[in-house]
Amino acid sequence: MSQQAVNGVPSRGKVLTVDNMNPNVKRVEYAVRGPIVQRAVQIEKELREGVKKPFTEVIKANIGDAHAMGQKPITFLRQVLALCAYPELMEDNKFPEDAKKRAQRILDACGGHSIGAYSASQGIECVRQDVARYIEKRDGGIPSNPDSIYLSTGASDAIVTMLKLLVCGEGHDRTGVMISIPQYPLYSAALADLGAVQISYYLDEDKCWSLDVAELRRALNAARQHCNPRVLCIINPGNPTGQVQSRQCIEDVIKFAKEEHLFLMADEVYQDNVYAEGCKFHSFKKVLFEMGPEYSSTVEMASFHSTSKCYMGECGFRGGYMEVINMDPEVKAQLIKLVSVRLCPPVPGQALLDLVVNPPQPDEPSYTTFMKERTAVLAALAEKAKLTEEIFNTVPGITCNPVQGAMYTFPRITLPQKAIDKAKEQGQVPDMYYCMRLLEEEGICLVPGSGFGQREGTFHFRMTILPPTEKLKVVLQKIRDFHLRFTQEFS
Amino acid sequence: MSVLQEISPNVKNIKQSEYEVLASRASQIEKELSQGVRKPYKELIDVCWCDPHSVGVKPLTFVRQVLAACVYPQLMKSHELPLDVRQRAQWLLGRCDGGSVGSYNAQPCIPEIIEKVSEFTTRRDGGVPSYPENIFISTGSQWAIMDILNVLVNSEASPKTGVLTPAPCHVTSMMSITALGAAAVPYYLTEEQGWTLQVEELQRALESAKGVCNPVALYVINPGNPAGLVQSRKSMQEVIRFASEKRLFLLADEVYQDFVYGENREFVSYKRVLAEMGPPYSDTVELVSFHSTSKGFMGECGMRGGYVELVNLDPAVQKHIFKLISKSSCTPVLAQMALDLMVNPPQPGDPSYPLYNQQTQHIKNMLAQNVKTTHEVLNSLPGVISQPVEGGAFVFPRVFLPPKAIQKAEEEGMQPDTFYCVRLLEETGVLCCPGSEFEQKEGTYHIRFCITASQDIVKEVLRHLTTFHTKFMKDFS
Repeated sequence: MSQQAVNGVPSRGKVLTVDNMNPNVKRVEYAVRGPIVQRAVQIEKELREGVKKPFTEVIKANIGDAHAMGQKPITFLRQVLALCAYPELMEDNKFPEDAKKRAQRILDACGGHSIGAYSASQGIECVRQDVARYIEKRDGGIPSNPDSIYLSTGASDAIVTMLKLLVCGEGHDRTGVMISIPQYPLYSAALADLGAVQISYYLDEDKCWSLDVAELRRALNAARQHCNPRVLCIINPGNPTGQVQSRQCIEDVIKFAKEEHLFLMADEVYQDNVYAEGCKFHSFKKVLFEMGPEYSSTVEMASFHSTSKCYMGECGFRGGYMEVINMDPEVKAQLIKLVSVRLCPPVPGQALLDLVVNPPQPDEPSYTTFMKERTAVLAALAEKAKLTEEIFNTVPGITCNPVQGAMYTFPRITLPQKAIDKAKEQGQVPDMYYCMRLLEEEGICLVPGSGFGQREGTFHFRMTILPPTEKLKVVLQKIRDFHLRFTQEFS
Repeated sequence: MSVLQEISPNVKNIKQSEYEVLASRASQIEKELSQGVRKPYKELIDVCWCDPHSVGVKPLTFVRQVLAACVYPQLMKSHELPLDVRQRAQWLLGRCDGGSVGSYNAQPCIPEIIEKVSEFTTRRDGGVPSYPENIFISTGSQWAIMDILNVLVNSEASPKTGVLTPAPCHVTSMMSITALGAAAVPYYLTEEQGWTLQVEELQRALESAKGVCNPVALYVINPGNPAGLVQSRKSMQEVIRFASEKRLFLLADEVYQDFVYGENREFVSYKRVLAEMGPPYSDTVELVSFHSTSKGFMGECGMRGGYVELVNLDPAVQKHIFKLISKSSCTPVLAQMALDLMVNPPQPGDPSYPLYNQQTQHIKNMLAQNVKTTHEVLNSLPGVISQPVEGGAFVFPRVFLPPKAIQKAEEEGMQPDTFYCVRLLEETGVLCCPGSEFEQKEGTYHIRFCITASQDIVKEVLRHLTTFHTKFMKDFS
């Protein structure tokens, strides 16, 4: 590389090679769209070309994409967005008044009354105000400042932005970031990309994937030997595990963060997806403030939310926000710089977010339909969560914790030693081998547990609970049949 | 001590935008206006950015009708929307998983739309082949530039990775370079010759990097921003030869390719020039070109869509690039659809064509007129020289500020052209960007404002500018 700009002698070979490219990028893996998905797409192509297979379609239960699995969009949301996209529709009396009113308000906040204009980098002001109001209402009146709200291109964007801000230092001082095992692989990918040190803390599978502060402490102390731990990430409700942390647990985590001087990143995108009895979503912010000023005025935190999950499932809009608590004003100035590099988050996503935090009220025309649709989606998810747990637990060799929340199940699978050996022969991680076989034989695409992290010697897969109930039943049955066959084959 | 006291030095190093000074003053003024404070104007006119919809340019009807139908497919049931709109919306929704714009899609970019992009670039480039596997859809060109730079730049490298950038250059690309821990190496465009790019200057820039950083890439903007140049084929060939000789990776930002005004000027893509040069260049020079749905006749900045085309990249590196893209989850589906509409607009014979043609013609005429008017008015002002705008979205006139004004600016702790722009804002309500934002040559001062606005707005801006400038020059003489 140093020959460049030093001598003008042309040499053979590419300018940009795997040897001189950013080494961090090479380390990035993102299992949710990894090799198994690529194979799934290939198989779909083969099916379209008429290749005969033991199945007629590939069921992609790998990614938390509700609409792809047949969940219907919420009518009100789409009506307002259509009005925003083509305001001439305001003349159309098929659109309810409350939808028109929302659309007009959003358009009035856009440059030239168009969702095609850039917005401020931090996001449209009135949307941020609405988000702040939503948070206040959700958290029993605890104030939220619109200036502390940053709209983003999905929650992932905000998460990566915060990490970009935080990660620094060299060698032993390199920033360490705590993240659960198992975790949503955006975190491990982002940490690899940024050259941060990943500090893994294990969730307790035997206790329904709960978080134990003692484990946090263990991981932290070990990490202090080789890095500078500064961040603690927690996903609640969890992904892939679906656990909903208890209020006590959240308090313990906050205390731990304060003691150990850690920046808390609370990924709460599944906050509406809570199904199990006795489980309740407690926002980190609410708990923080209820713990009193000793904590609420000192612990630095960012919480993240998105339009991709919950009852909306609008992944394709890339809407989201983060709320930052107790951030130093000088640091905020730095954050603003960082978010302005990409100009602004997609305006349709901002508009959608506004509707999510500002839904139809009981006295509005769209309220009844809206609530009906919302309830139906969440009820179906709750039903499927239960169904999944029940059916998987009838299969010898599969144990499934209750799906308390989110959209996934992460059952543990017992693999015969011969299967593990066969996988090794093929140069594959055992649960990848298992999932690939399932894909080829049944056309069901899951993500192997190795993509999320798991305790050494254990194997899992992540499956979404998103397919429609009848289809899900078929999928569960096929997985059961496959598992029995597989176990038999390698016995 | 706050945890956040320690933050990434790469972020800290991003230069504070000069625009921030103006932005905070502007929002202050807006508050005052809303509180009824009397001012010589009722509202602000922000012509800082190329954001056509915010300054009087209407969205294209066909585009918005299709997007609305995709968002709310019920609209396709009635026959109020033209047939081609309904057909296109149907086709686009058919490409989405679950038939919804709310789904992620199995691949980060809808493959059929990539094919359309590929067909578009082939057509545009007179038949030069384009391969779908070398194209990916981006969330706006700035995001894409940052993604590509991320692959190029090793933030831990010592010396730093360098990127040759034009001076003047627009701000966000510069910020991306800094944010990744790389160094920008400016090469100055020759203002007196209409901002042309001289190869000797590229050489000088490269030499200047010796011992300072390790340049690996050459970033060109064509048509330019803020400089309104459109490169000649000859100039582009020189750039390609230079990149080849010096083993530099070529980054071609071509988002303004639809905005070409000069009579003897046409936009030719770097990809086309490269292909036409034949081997060895056409087989070896590594090129990434960027385009966007934010500019052109659509002006859909808020959608955040665009595409990137890779030429001659190492396949192994390309694999990593695609992996990076998939980690970002995906470009908004609506933006991907907007991209389809951009590369595959209504054709003669389609029901929407007459209106589409009328609207795009109107924009073309508006731009041509704006270019003419701004050139005349700006060059009539004493102490202002504005190069002919051959292409792009902006004028970037040079303002010869009197020494007294420069001194006053220093006293107020501002760059001289920032001072000028703040005064302009306060006295007329017009927001322009100061040239100091753009890495202009030391000792020169400029302002930048867009001409991608309605004729009325441009005329008003010029009217205010004329009055203000005359007074300003007098006050500081």
